[in-house]
Amino acid sequence: MYTTTEILEQKIQVAPTGELQDTGDLVINIGPQHPATHGVLHLVITLDGETVKKIEPHLGYIHRSIEKMCESLSYRQFIYSTSRMDYLSAHINNHACAMCVEKGLQIEVPRRAMVIRVLMDELTRIASHELWWGAMAMDLGAFTPFFHAFREREKITDIMEESCGARLTMNYIVPGGVMNDIHPDFQQKIKEFITQFKSKIYEYDEMVTGNIIFQNRTKGVGRISKEDAISYGCSGPVARASGVRSDIRKLYPYEVYNEVEFDEILETAGDSFARYMVRVREMHQSISIIEQLIDNIPEGDFQAKTKAVLKLPKGEFYTRVETARGELGVYIISEGGTTPYRIKFRSPGFSNLSALEHMAKGGKLGDLMATMGTLDLVIPDIDR
Amino acid sequence: MFSLQGITKGVHTWLYSNMSSTTALVVECAIVMLLSIGLFAILGLVLVLMERKVAAHMQIRLGPNRVGPWGLLQTTADTLKLVMKEGLTPDGADKILFNLAPFVIMIVAMLILAPIAFASGFQIWDLNIGVLFVTAVSSISVIAILMAGWASNNKYSMLGAMRSGAQIVSYELSAGLSIISIVVLTGSLQISEIIESQRNGWWLFKGHIPAVISFVIFLIAVTAETNRAPFDMAEAESELTAGFHTEYSGMKFALFFLAEYINIFIVCAIGATLFLGGWMPLHIGNWEGFNHIMDYIPSSIWFFGKTFFLIFLIMWFRWTFPRLRIDQLLNLEWKYLLPISMFNLLLMAVVAIMGWHF
Repeated sequence: MYTTTEILEQKIQVAPTGELQDTGDLVINIGPQHPATHGVLHLVITLDGETVKKIEPHLGYIHRSIEKMCESLSYRQFIYSTSRMDYLSAHINNHACAMCVEKGLQIEVPRRAMVIRVLMDELTRIASHELWWGAMAMDLGAFTPFFHAFREREKITDIMEESCGARLTMNYIVPGGVMNDIHPDFQQKIKEFITQFKSKIYEYDEMVTGNIIFQNRTKGVGRISKEDAISYGCSGPVARASGVRSDIRKLYPYEVYNEVEFDEILETAGDSFARYMVRVREMHQSISIIEQLIDNIPEGDFQAKTKAVLKLPKGEFYTRVETARGELGVYIISEGGTTPYRIKFRSPGFSNLSALEHMAKGGKLGDLMATMGTLDLVIPDIDR
Repeated sequence: MFSLQGITKGVHTWLYSNMSSTTALVVECAIVMLLSIGLFAILGLVLVLMERKVAAHMQIRLGPNRVGPWGLLQTTADTLKLVMKEGLTPDGADKILFNLAPFVIMIVAMLILAPIAFASGFQIWDLNIGVLFVTAVSSISVIAILMAGWASNNKYSMLGAMRSGAQIVSYELSAGLSIISIVVLTGSLQISEIIESQRNGWWLFKGHIPAVISFVIFLIAVTAETNRAPFDMAEAESELTAGFHTEYSGMKFALFFLAEYINIFIVCAIGATLFLGGWMPLHIGNWEGFNHIMDYIPSSIWFFGKTFFLIFLIMWFRWTFPRLRIDQLLNLEWKYLLPISMFNLLLMAVVAIMGWHF
């Protein structure tokens, strides 16, 4: 995260005669339009042959100042703009914001809504990991897994479409509960999805996990130690792959997460393969959570009675949730009005990206892609 | 067995009896040129469509199915689009080398076509060093790729070209050694004699274990030599966008694209000729009845069937494997394939001397 002038100073030195001299490094721009950055991330990398010497991420290509926009939107409205941050876990973003508003207003969310929220969160997590799995394989040059992943992801987006009315930016969670009740086919569809997922998941291991080329490409690549992962502020699967306990669902349980049984997946290697395994195993845990809850959706209201205009009391409110990428924090400062005075999102992607140089420095260009793939970067999440 | 030799000989004698020898030679060259260009066009269309269909069915899709029945005209439409596009030359590029590179790569692909026997008695040039000619000429293609990468004045292109140079030069060794192991068995470099020596069985079956090993090594090496995944380091789209042909557009890009498929066809044809008997039907020892039935299938069908089977294998690799890293790629060649193929050649020499092959 450097400015352009700083880069120029590093690349070009001024000779004593006053002429500009090139330092002789091979500087390559990866992005903002590049197949491997999955968005408009811009990496300025310095190469020595094939070896990566320096990586400088440049942000700002998809900055929409969502945090500033939220200051002029009411507490009901601002949640919708957060779907556009990390669009792959749009649902979980909404969840974090709704929880923060509920915390301020001390709204009691009906149990039915809580269970639906958790179910939707876990479905979103699976969908996000499916897409990451396909895209990651594509970064390593295998195209076919992408389509296999989308076969399962399609089922989830269908379920979302029925209940929420949208496939990607769901906007289903509102302060006090969920927007509307679940579709009558909801449980049936989810059970069908689970059956399909379980019968097809072995293909994932056959195609990618067990592949010797894939293992050679990822094992020992992009390593980050436990201490470094903590000091870079990594969260989610990236931190857990280094052995850092960071699952918000376990450490600070919200909604009904303390009532369901699931494991926090931890690996110790801290390399790309460990990050890969954490995400793949997390999908199984999410399936297990859904299985525990799907038959136990209690009857009752799906939304608490709230006032038409929400006014948070004067003060500061912070909530955090575990998105598919890591810890998302929502920090609201209220002056007591109908709109927040200041909002700050702590997005997981930003911190994870900051560790990229530490991970990929000294590796080959191909290693950079393998590392970036396992960081699971969603650019609008980094660059709000 | 039905042979096309009658037809080709007939045309030859008719031409020479009706024209002066110079005119006849020119006319023969023109016929050969038209045939090979026609073959190029058809192969390009068929192989691109085949690749897309194979990929689609591996990826649970249908593939092109809108233009023409079963998507048959899709590649024609794509080619028309490419012809109509502007062939840009970047400002900072070396204009001569940049525009020459696609033609060099095509000329190389055309030259290798010469000694390949497409059917019984249907061969452009049956020179006595056929196999050597193929390996020698095919190594020129790396120059075209280096030219393209260097002249583009693009860092991605240059990285791709450098990778490609290292890769093709390394893997030529293994490919060459596994070809030599068959030459050891036949004792001839001439394509027609190599095919003739497989009359009573293909070398893959006759040559014991060394032949199988060299067949596997040959497949791996030619996949790398043609820059196909999992060895597509030169293009590596998630790393280098499009590698050495990043800056090419329109028909110049199409020539690179076509050359890739022609090269696949050629290496598979060589593989089929050396290991699977070329146009020779499947003959098993002295089973007269079985061999006689097999002879009824035309030789060109045998040749194209075997070649397309190998092409399918190479496409299968591409759509199932992730890409290797450049250092792993070179390790695979220098640390594993090259020692194995050298030892295998030794083994093959022993087999040939002792007469252990069938």
